[in-house]
Amino acid sequence: MMLTLIVELKDKPGQLIKTLEPISKLGGNVIGIVHKREKITPLKKIPVEISLEIEESKIQRLIDALKENGITVREYNQVRLVTTSSLLLIGHIVHTDISDTINRIDSTGFAEVVDLHINMPQLNGPSTALITISATGKEKLKEAIELLINICKEKGILVVEPINEEFL
Amino acid sequence: MIKIAIIGFGTVGQGVAEVLIEKKEYLTKVVGDYKVVAVADSKGSITGDFDLNHALKVKRDKKRLPDGLTALEIVKNLDFDLLIETTTTNIEDGEPGLTHIKEALKRGKDVITSNKGPLVVSYKELMKISKKNNCNLLFEATVGGAMPVIKFVRRCLAGNKILSIKGILNGTCNYILSRMEKEKMPFKQILAEAQELKIAEADPSYDVDGIDAASKLVIVANALLGIDAKLKDVKITGIREITPEAFDVAMEKGYTIRLIAEAGNELKVSPRLIPLNHPLVLQGTLNALQIKTDLAGDVVVVGKGAGKRETASAIISDFIDLYANQTINFI
Repeated sequence: MMLTLIVELKDKPGQLIKTLEPISKLGGNVIGIVHKREKITPLKKIPVEISLEIEESKIQRLIDALKENGITVREYNQVRLVTTSSLLLIGHIVHTDISDTINRIDSTGFAEVVDLHINMPQLNGPSTALITISATGKEKLKEAIELLINICKEKGILVVEPINEEFL
Repeated sequence: MIKIAIIGFGTVGQGVAEVLIEKKEYLTKVVGDYKVVAVADSKGSITGDFDLNHALKVKRDKKRLPDGLTALEIVKNLDFDLLIETTTTNIEDGEPGLTHIKEALKRGKDVITSNKGPLVVSYKELMKISKKNNCNLLFEATVGGAMPVIKFVRRCLAGNKILSIKGILNGTCNYILSRMEKEKMPFKQILAEAQELKIAEADPSYDVDGIDAASKLVIVANALLGIDAKLKDVKITGIREITPEAFDVAMEKGYTIRLIAEAGNELKVSPRLIPLNHPLVLQGTLNALQIKTDLAGDVVVVGKGAGKRETASAIISDFIDLYANQTINFI
């Protein structure tokens, strides 16, 4: 899961390492570090924004460890949706309650329908939709796609899955 | 002298016979002397000392071979070294090909086949019998016609771990989908035209419901991934429900739709969204396979998946593979 963390560091040597060490110990992977010197605080601390990947279950331990190291954690937020996939649905998409289909994906808490493009050529004919789902991680995306496939099976809608990866 | 029995004398069997005549000089140089000592179809046969050209003429004129030994009698009793089995595929029980191949292998005879049925039904058992009797069963023609697959992966990609294989294994479906993509016409209409052009059978279900592609996938999974798979292990979805509008919607996002057979974590044949610049996006009846390996990365082969001379090409390549007694001079 992607995590964005803003910590406040004293402007002296050795501060950043105190932040990075617990991340490394918990198996996190730092994606980017931005020092926001222009936003220096009244107490002369520098906000530093760190983007990292870490297992969801370890986030609280990380925050606790940072506090123990004397680091001020100003805020942290999980970047929820990081992976996206588009699928094609063919069949009676609208008549089988499209909002129910979407709700069941959205209510998982880890995936959302972020885009939907429907083409309805005839009143009672089958329609086509390109549905784009975002999820918090690759595994969750797989899970959400499985869920969509099952919902569509139940509603008699054909799902055209994407080929997994681009050709390299 | 290699004595050959050709069982199954339809398009494929005749194609092989024609190439055995046409390339006699070259093939003799490569594999040594050979002679076809039996040809049989479902109605009759010609055996012994006969002219292969004459047999082809009889078949063309009379649409059948004359009364003679049955295919099974030939396989069980006749003296030959190589069985070329080209009877029609039957994926239910593999017959009659399965019995032909088994009987030949039990007698220690080499077998080359274009018939998917026996391999789909009993791959493991057939390999066991051939090993036990110290003879060979080659089947390049069963997957992708002229497109090199089995020997290509086993030889040219030797040393690689095969991680997954996916591709287009049914030319009829690819023809229909690629025309739907270009012309935005309904499935039924393009199917009807394909039937007129003999690209699709009168009963198209074997192709358009994905069964043919799934059968080939079962052979690929067994032969190249070492998976003990049967047809029932493949999740199959055909292309009947694909609409022309589906292509419109897909193309807005840079995708098209193709029937893809995939063997990796699971075995499945289904229509898939595929980026337009992907090498598996082909037009017409072509077949293609993308092989993912640990050393070579991705490798793609493309070729003609069906046809008389194309299938003969695969069978002849097995023939040379089996009997070449010298390094082939490629120049």
